[in-house]
This record gives sequence, structure tokens and C-alpha cells, in this order.
Amino acid sequence: MKYIDHNSVVKRMNSRLIVNRILKTLFFLATLFALLTIAVLFYRIITQGVGYLTPEFFQNFGSRFPAKAGVKAALVGSIWLMCVVAPVSLILGVGTAIYLEEYAKKNKLNDFIRMNISNLSGVPSVVFGLLGLTIFVRALSLGNSILAAGFTMSLLILPVIIVAAQEAIRAVPKEVREASYGMGATKWQTITKVVLPSAIPGILTGAILALSRAIGETAPLIVIGVPVIIQFLPENLLSQFTALPMQIYDWAKRPQLEFQNVAAAGILVLMMFLIIMNSIAVFIRNKFQKRY
Amino acid sequence: MKNWKYLLMTTMVGSALALGACGNASTSETTETPAAETEKPQEETAVLEGKVAGDGSSTVAPIMEAIVEEYAAVQNKVQVTVGVSGTGGGFEKFIAGSTDFANASRPIKDEEKEKLAAAGIDFTEFKVAYDGLSLVVNKDNTWVDSLTVEDLKKMWVEDGSVKKWSDINPEWPDEEIVFYSPGTDSGTYDYFDEVVLDEADLVKTATLSEDDNVLVQGVQGDKNAIGYFGYAYYLANKDTLKVVKVEGVEPTNETIESGEYSPLSRPLFVYVKNSAVKENPATYDFMKYTLENAGDMAEAVGYVKLPDADYDKGLADLEGLK
Repeated sequence: MKYIDHNSVVKRMNSRLIVNRILKTLFFLATLFALLTIAVLFYRIITQGVGYLTPEFFQNFGSRFPAKAGVKAALVGSIWLMCVVAPVSLILGVGTAIYLEEYAKKNKLNDFIRMNISNLSGVPSVVFGLLGLTIFVRALSLGNSILAAGFTMSLLILPVIIVAAQEAIRAVPKEVREASYGMGATKWQTITKVVLPSAIPGILTGAILALSRAIGETAPLIVIGVPVIIQFLPENLLSQFTALPMQIYDWAKRPQLEFQNVAAAGILVLMMFLIIMNSIAVFIRNKFQKRY
Repeated sequence: MKNWKYLLMTTMVGSALALGACGNASTSETTETPAAETEKPQEETAVLEGKVAGDGSSTVAPIMEAIVEEYAAVQNKVQVTVGVSGTGGGFEKFIAGSTDFANASRPIKDEEKEKLAAAGIDFTEFKVAYDGLSLVVNKDNTWVDSLTVEDLKKMWVEDGSVKKWSDINPEWPDEEIVFYSPGTDSGTYDYFDEVVLDEADLVKTATLSEDDNVLVQGVQGDKNAIGYFGYAYYLANKDTLKVVKVEGVEPTNETIESGEYSPLSRPLFVYVKNSAVKENPATYDFMKYTLENAGDMAEAVGYVKLPDADYDKGLADLEGLK
């Protein structure tokens, strides 16, 4: 204690406290700004769209009359799309992450692969759309079907899922793995029974973010040539379809003012869809979070 | 260990639910089909099945949506899809052979014709409606009433100078003109570029947007603004915008149909692949329905119908393809 100069501590105390307070206010304002933006957005969308959110809105196809226009085709199309994207991207993504983290050796090639996967998550979605158009739509002649769009969307979100799953797997303590080996478990047993269960919360957080992105993306769908005007529901994975963001985009571009409100109602449906999907994932995540 | 099994179960139940949702959707469709089918024989004798795909101009899209909506009630087994990629994008898909028809808000370009020829695709052009490109200014703009094509050219062509209203007419205010124009991928831009600008560059200061509502709002919000877009957008915002006469003629249903509103009244097209009409009865039937109803549907969504003779000629052409 005798080495501390009390005078200088007291002299600087005030300025230190002020800096502390300024920064606290600054960060609070930053949070408030984000919250306010969301609040304004919600307020505008809800006041505009809620009047159109009737049971008929879910039962009708698109129409030239705003009052008769509905999201049936788009909503069902988006659900079908998610039925393809979720399993494909999760299986491929988690599989890749397990390979890279558990099996792959530390060498230059694998480092190169890892680096490129991280880079891929920054590639604009239009580029993935062009890739999907060339490979799935034309080369594999899947046309503008659910399958082609689903594969394209899966590619788009794959890097995000891989990176998140890698982080989650890496965060599992080494001791736990070693304990598992010590008990005589094989590598595969250790992965399925020890590593994956404790990595699930992290993997799911990444998956939620990725799937939310996939459901809101418009650009790849436009490039693939997903139609907007459609008066039937998909029958199988090779059927044509339309998706919520396409439908919303189309309504928002219409000349008649009422269609702006229909678009707002469409956005509300998309948001409800997102919230339901996210809460399912959050529920599963919380079930597993108590392990460590 | 138990938790892991629990996860397996939740995922399985979850995916079963998700797939169930899909399944549900298709069953609800199949239950609907018979109901509509029973009504059909009175209207239409032949029940057709098949797929018809189109893509193209967002200007033509509202007309097509109305037609597809009505057609679905007549032939509900024919699956018609129409995309809205813009005139250029629509032709691209048409050339690639992935669509049966392309909607266009300008005539087909020579280079597009060449590519179609190279791809071995024969096509036929049908007019479906008229649109009048409408020039609009702010409500508070008291000075402009009518402009000539020469004036428009002076205003809209990029020549390096700052454009002021007083440049066009010395009596007008000495203030900078604010330009709003549809994006370069739209047929509307192409048409304006060709007819008014003689393919010269558009002023660099112009705000371009693929969404015409952005143009509407831009002109509404600025006293010195001028913009142009399809007639339907003007009609929908008639009370908040002031339309400018071109060569002394105001765009109305009559002046557009008669061709008096010149040179900015333009036909809207549908280009159809000949082989699709020949080989696929559904395409023929849908195109026939389109030509028979395009006029009424166009009026319903804010465009102007063609003289009846034009539709009759289109129908005759279509018969010739069969």
C-alpha cells in the first residue's frame, strides 16, 4: 500500500468516473437506436398490414384485387423450401464440421479449406443464385423447382452452419473427450455420445441464424427464375413454386396503394413464420444447454 | 446419454411435423380440385392438363396476373407460372428455352432475335395492351404544363451541364431539375431511351430505381422533380402528382388508344414460342384465353386496351401456328 501515491489516485478518480459514465451512455444509446428502429418497423408494418391479415389471406392465391390477394401459394412454397433446406444444409454442414474438427489432420490443405469456407460466408447471395442457375437449374435440369431452389439456398447458408458448428465442436473441453477415450469409447462413440450432444446448443444457434437468412432471401430466387404469378400449390419436390419474399417484393412494387398494405401483411406472415421456427430451435437448444 | 436420444426424438418428431405440414398442403389442394372440376364442364368442354411457363416485364405482370387468376378458374389443371424478371431477364430465359412465352414492354431487340435464331426457337409476337409512358411533376410545380419531345431531350440527355428549369424556358425558375427514371434493365427505360433520347445517355444525376413506387415518392417529395413511368402508376397516384402534356396531349385512355399521345404510348407484348403452341394444347389454350381477355384485364389493372381488330389479328395468327 505504501507504494501507491494516494494523491494521484484521488486526482484522477473523477475523470475516470466521467469516462466510465460517458461510455455507458454511449453504449446504451447504441442499444436504444437498434431497439427504436425495430419498434418503428414493427409499428409501421403492423398498422399497415394487420387489417389484411384475415383467414382468407391464408386461403387465397394472388389476385389483382388487393382484398382478394392471399399468401397461400407463397406460404406453402416457403414451407416446402424449408423442408429441403433444413435437412440438406444441417446434414452437410454438421458433417463437414465434424470432419474438419475431429478427423482432418492439421496440414496446409485443410487450413486452406477452412479459410475458404469462412470466406464463402461473405459471398453475396446473388452469386449463389447464379451458381444454382448454372448447376441445378440448367446442368442438372431441375428447372425452377423446389429442389433446385432448396439446394441453392442450402449452398448459400452452408458456410454459416459449418463455421458455427466448428466453433461449437471446438468449445467442447478436451478433458471430456479424453475421459471418453479413457473409458474405452471409440472415436465415433465419442463424437455421437459426448461431443455432439454438448455442441448442440452452439450448432443450433448457427442453424437458426442461417435458416432465418434462407427464408428471407430474395435475390437467389429471382436469379433462378422462381415465378411470382402462380395459382396452384406444389405437388412434389420438382414442382414450381413461389416463396414469401418473392410475393412480398412483387406486392410492394405494385402501383395501387392498397397493395402496399397487402405487402405489409405478407411481411407479418413471414415474421410469424420466422418466430415460430426460431422458438422451436430455442426450445431444443435450452433442453441441451445445461450440460456444462 | 438420455438427452441425446431425446434430441433424436425431437428432430424426428420435428421433421415429421414439418413434412406433415407439406403433406397437408398437397392434400388440401387435392381436396379442392374435384369441387372446381364439377363446375367446369358447363364453361369449357375439353379438360386440359399441362404446364405453361412465362417470364418477363414487370409492367406486363399485373395484366398477366389477372389473366392467370381468371384462367385458373376455367382450366384448373393447367399450371401457369409467370415470373417477373424484367423484359431483358424474360428474354434471357426465353432464349435459354426455359419458358414458353416472354412478356415485354418493348419490341424484341435484334440481338435477342439473333440469339433466338441461334437457339433454334421460332416465335410469334402478340400485342396485348397499350401503356402510355406518363411524365409527371410535383403538385406544387406551377410552371410546367406541356413539354415537347425536343424539350424532353434537352432535359434528359447527359451533356455535362447542370440542368435547370430555366434552360428549357427562361420564364421558369432558375432551379436544378431533379430526375427520376426507371432502372436500366426495364423495358420502360429502353423505350424512353429509344424514343426520346435517341439512345443517348440519360442524365447522370437521375435517380434510377427498379421499383416505380420509389419514383412516385421521389416526385411527390420534391418541387423540382420530374419523372416518368407506366400509365398505371400515374393512375394510382393521380391525386398527388401532376401529369405533363407531351406535344400538347395529355395521356388518357382515349389519347393512348387512338395513338394521339405520341410518341410515348407504347404497345405491350407477349412473345410466344411457336413449337410450344403446336405441341402443347395447354399453351395454345392459355394464349387464346389471353388474347380473348387481355383487353378487359388490361383496363382492370390500369392499362389501355387495343382496338378489337388487333386482338382478332392476334387470334388469327395464333390459329395459324396450331
